[in-house]
Amino acid sequence: MAHKSIETKYYEERTSFFEDLKIVGALSRRGFLQIAGVSAGIAAAKGLIVPQSFQLIEIAHAESSVEPFTVAYVSDTHLYTRNVNDRFIRSAVKAVEDVNALDPQPDFVLFGGDLAQLGRREELDLGAQILKNLKAPVKMMVGEHDWFLDMGAHWQELFGPPQYSFDHKGVHFVTLMSVNEKDFWTPRGMTAEERMQTVAGLDNGVQSRFEVGPDGRSWLEKDLAAIDKSTPVVIFSHSPLYKYYRNWNFWTEDADEVQSILKKFDNVSVIHGHTHQLLLNRIGNINFYGLLSTAWPWPYAPEGLPKLTVQMNRADPFNGFDGCGAGQLNVLASGMVDKIYNLWNRNPVTVRASYLTSGGTEDQPPATTLSSY
Amino acid sequence: MRLLGPFAFALCLAAAPAAAEDPLPRHDVPLSKQGNLVVALCDGETSIEVPGVKPGDALTREQGQKIADALMKEWRQKHPNAEWVTVAQEGGQEGGTAVSVPEPRGAAADQYQTYGAFTERDQQIWKESTDRLVAEGKRIFHDAKALGGTAAISCDMCHPDGSNTHPETYPKFQTQLGRVALLRDMINWCIENPVRGKPFPDDDPRLKALEAYILAQRKGVALEYGKH
Repeated sequence: MAHKSIETKYYEERTSFFEDLKIVGALSRRGFLQIAGVSAGIAAAKGLIVPQSFQLIEIAHAESSVEPFTVAYVSDTHLYTRNVNDRFIRSAVKAVEDVNALDPQPDFVLFGGDLAQLGRREELDLGAQILKNLKAPVKMMVGEHDWFLDMGAHWQELFGPPQYSFDHKGVHFVTLMSVNEKDFWTPRGMTAEERMQTVAGLDNGVQSRFEVGPDGRSWLEKDLAAIDKSTPVVIFSHSPLYKYYRNWNFWTEDADEVQSILKKFDNVSVIHGHTHQLLLNRIGNINFYGLLSTAWPWPYAPEGLPKLTVQMNRADPFNGFDGCGAGQLNVLASGMVDKIYNLWNRNPVTVRASYLTSGGTEDQPPATTLSSY
Repeated sequence: MRLLGPFAFALCLAAAPAAAEDPLPRHDVPLSKQGNLVVALCDGETSIEVPGVKPGDALTREQGQKIADALMKEWRQKHPNAEWVTVAQEGGQEGGTAVSVPEPRGAAADQYQTYGAFTERDQQIWKESTDRLVAEGKRIFHDAKALGGTAAISCDMCHPDGSNTHPETYPKFQTQLGRVALLRDMINWCIENPVRGKPFPDDDPRLKALEAYILAQRKGVALEYGKH
């Protein structure tokens, strides 16, 4: 018998599940999607066997104070203005349409940073305009591409402070500003545009490393002081809150300090942008998940890739959308996060929290067939 | 041979630019009142004016030979008892400015040949020239305008440090093109598509520089043409 990948099995299960539902009556595709969630819920309530990998609703555990919910994400749109480049705009709009088509709708949408490419007012305004089309509320995170032209002035006018926290259905969420850089521009006499252009590049040795910085860290400590250690914590940060590859700033200089602030909690998930790839890690009590970009995918760095990362297939250069996408976070009753990488032009990849917490022994996502060079 | 040697060896056009910060000795030749071409000998002293020829004019082989012969004749008159080759190798005489040529490396005495007779200095010059081409490639790789792009996209945005360009795997059958492609075909594909520029001709210096940079990033990686 031919080997079947996890994703193939998922689709087979899903298809047979819906085929069974069809017996109830002819359904349109839209009706299908609407009934899917409800049916899964009814089936679960009646104790019927439901395909394990296709439950839209997680049933809350009695002992948990978390009511499961879904968060969608869009990240790293890198918008230029329309007269400069329209492809990235089309990608961003496509992601917004994808999220708007989710049924049921997510509780909110995380925007993962790098809305603009060069931090220009027009780029940020355009981005804000596109994101306004999202039906669900949006939580904004800032990226270095949004910040280093005017040091965040216009971004903050549009979206408010870059660092904030909130509670949602039993989970404590924190959005960190993790892309501060030590001043490399003044000694070099750079203009604001030169500073932005330098930060916008990955492979130049000129810029400083990203950091949350002492102010951000003490803010975080204060914010978390009153939170019980059993409360699930989800951190949004643009840069990965660990040290992956320094030369490309896939890196947060004070990651160790930030991790130690998070140490007291039983259950922490970090969701980060910036790396434009399927990227997974676990350090101590923390699960790390990278977000996809809508604009372009990045190759894996030549060294430092976390062992738990299941690489996504090398992107097809002949398809401008391949390796890009958006996705979802399913917050479970345990407060842990299952992450769906909704890769355009490919099957979606689901990464279960159990894959990371088991150290990679359980629920392995499908392996790559075309690894990076 | 005896006549051709000095011609190739010694002829330097006076118009050749010297690097601005170059501290090396200069050979400033007198300008021609008629605006004729002035040709300098690399002893740092001798020069002649070529009547009727303006700088930039094409010279025939015969004219070139005549100039070389005239320069050598004048040099021999100044140094009646000296051998040109000896002087050049020993670094000149009487405090002259002829370039000092260090001993060729390796088994020069046993297997002397022109091709094998290079020095550390030669190697340094070659390396610098090569690195300059690589640096030019790096500049173009990172510059949407230099690529002729119209969408503000440069190569480094998807390929930081030239990553995932895998030049060592070409030539290979590129399924999307339906034919065997070279690295340059893929460079041009990227220039035409994501970058939205016009593809470079095969002999375009920008294409050569891009190839040089991409290859330089993969130094030490085994060649594996055809790999997918």
